[in-house]
Amino acid sequence: MTTTSAPPVLQVRDAAKRFGAVRALDGVSFDVGRGEVVALLGDNGAGKSTLIKAISGVHRLDSGTVLLDGVDITAAGAMAVRAHGVETVYQDLALFDNLDAAANFFAGRELAGPSRMPRALRLMRHRQMTDRTRELLDRLQVSLPDLDAPVALMSGGQRQAVAVARAVAFSSKLVILDEPTAALGLRESARVLDLVRRLKDDGVAVILISHSMDQVMAVADRAIVLRRGRSVGETVPTAENHERLVAWIVGAAGHQTI
Amino acid sequence: MARQAPQTALAVAGGSAPQEPPRAAAAARGLTLALAVLRAGPAAILGLLVLVLGLVSDVFWSLENIGNVLNQSAVICVLALGQLLVVVTRGIDLSVGSNLSLSAVVGALVWQHQSSTVLAVAAALATGTAVGLVNGLLFVKGRLPHPFIPTLAMLTAASGLALYLSHSETIQGAPPLVDEVGAGRIAAVPGGGDIGWFPTATFVVVVVAALLVLATRGLVWGRWVYAVGGNPEAAVRNGIPVPSVLVSVYAVCGLLAGVAALLTMGRADAGSPTAGALAELDAIAAVIIGGASFLGGRGTVLNALTGAFVIAVMRNGLNLLGIDPNWQYMATGVVIVVAVELDVVRGHLESRFRSLQAVSAP
Repeated sequence: MTTTSAPPVLQVRDAAKRFGAVRALDGVSFDVGRGEVVALLGDNGAGKSTLIKAISGVHRLDSGTVLLDGVDITAAGAMAVRAHGVETVYQDLALFDNLDAAANFFAGRELAGPSRMPRALRLMRHRQMTDRTRELLDRLQVSLPDLDAPVALMSGGQRQAVAVARAVAFSSKLVILDEPTAALGLRESARVLDLVRRLKDDGVAVILISHSMDQVMAVADRAIVLRRGRSVGETVPTAENHERLVAWIVGAAGHQTI
Repeated sequence: MARQAPQTALAVAGGSAPQEPPRAAAAARGLTLALAVLRAGPAAILGLLVLVLGLVSDVFWSLENIGNVLNQSAVICVLALGQLLVVVTRGIDLSVGSNLSLSAVVGALVWQHQSSTVLAVAAALATGTAVGLVNGLLFVKGRLPHPFIPTLAMLTAASGLALYLSHSETIQGAPPLVDEVGAGRIAAVPGGGDIGWFPTATFVVVVVAALLVLATRGLVWGRWVYAVGGNPEAAVRNGIPVPSVLVSVYAVCGLLAGVAALLTMGRADAGSPTAGALAELDAIAAVIIGGASFLGGRGTVLNALTGAFVIAVMRNGLNLLGIDPNWQYMATGVVIVVAVELDVVRGHLESRFRSLQAVSAP
């Protein structure tokens, strides 16, 4: 396992989860450090989805622990995990197509007042929300043609960028990206990968699920291969390690750490 | 145009600024213009209707007729505004007509027995709200599959209750204040002489519409209503209290049915158990003509009012021209199809626009 000077942001220890007779996760352990991009690789059904859902609080582990900055979040629900600073961008993006970027960013946590009123009856601070949105998009170097347009009118890459930016908008420590480029063309994929690099530069830890070995080699500091619910290998994804990673994914080699 | 994408991707990977393909940019500008025109669809339909009627009828533009149209449209407007909120959340409220009848009967009965304006008005509004609340709770807590079911049940139940309470007869009389609001004219608006032409009911519509604009655009609640309609699952994931938002929307729709009941009572100086029969269809048609989508998340207060005016003006025009009233229903049907067809075209253009963005965006 790679050693980093700072304590890891995320520590997963012996994560296990069964669905009936199927061992979806069978004792998976790994760490993610600050500003580190870790790729999760594996064939369909290897346990990638179960693992990220366990981390983000959607699934509850049968055994094992998940620590975030040393705090045990194993048993926390999805909303509590988000409050701790773990944001997950699923493939469906969970965007509100009918709303603009700022409204998407602040959905469910609108800036509004006065605070003595019940939340639903507060007046929204539109200006403040738009300004904060613009700030964040600038910081992440995401350019949208029209900030006031509903996200329905944006391209796949722009929508992905909005979803990722929303994930990091609220000082999150860890962002989980589930196949962020699956639906995108080459050019837009390149943009999203740039965005992942900027998250890393910002000190955000990233877990990236991807089927594209090229992309993993381009942005990930480490790759962890899951197979049948177990972690079967872990290495720095480089061109030299390419074949080995593939061998792990298809099950042609035993467990190793390099 | 898609063929250009891989080349530009290489440019990005190389770190140089991508050149915008000029053809794509021009196409995007053209599409933006076409979309702007289509978004003005409801207003265009109304404008066309007014223009044509003004040409073929000499009395259409008289203040008296305009006052009549406004007065007749008031009830549809108020019902449509309530329906709009429901439709934005992907729902439908079939019970607003029956709710109107029931609220009018209850209001008239309270007036008959108590002779209290405050009590009668409060009773009508409370009845409307209660009916809406029950709709919302049945849908959310009763986990009925679609709001069609509880509100269809409420359509018959409320109608039955209205007939039972009134012994199937119109309850005569309404508070003078209610009569004044429902049937009176504001003489202060110039042009109508001492009696005036501008209906007080239209003033009520303006106030209700202004409040709803404030609520939908200004309040967190309004944002939540549109968020729930846009993506209910994402709304849950983002911590928006979806069940409460849904219940509140049906309650407000019911409250507005109560307001419409008061306007109807005032116009007839009575509470009839069939006053709102089929009014739900007008309300739904108005919202759809106004460009709201049953897929949720779309529709504005102003466009819903425009839709209501389209129906009212069309009815008025066919009356003025002495055309068989049965044509009105067929004409409404035609307008609904035209309006939704425009919306379908808009949807197509939007997806074209989206794929162009992928190629031409900076």
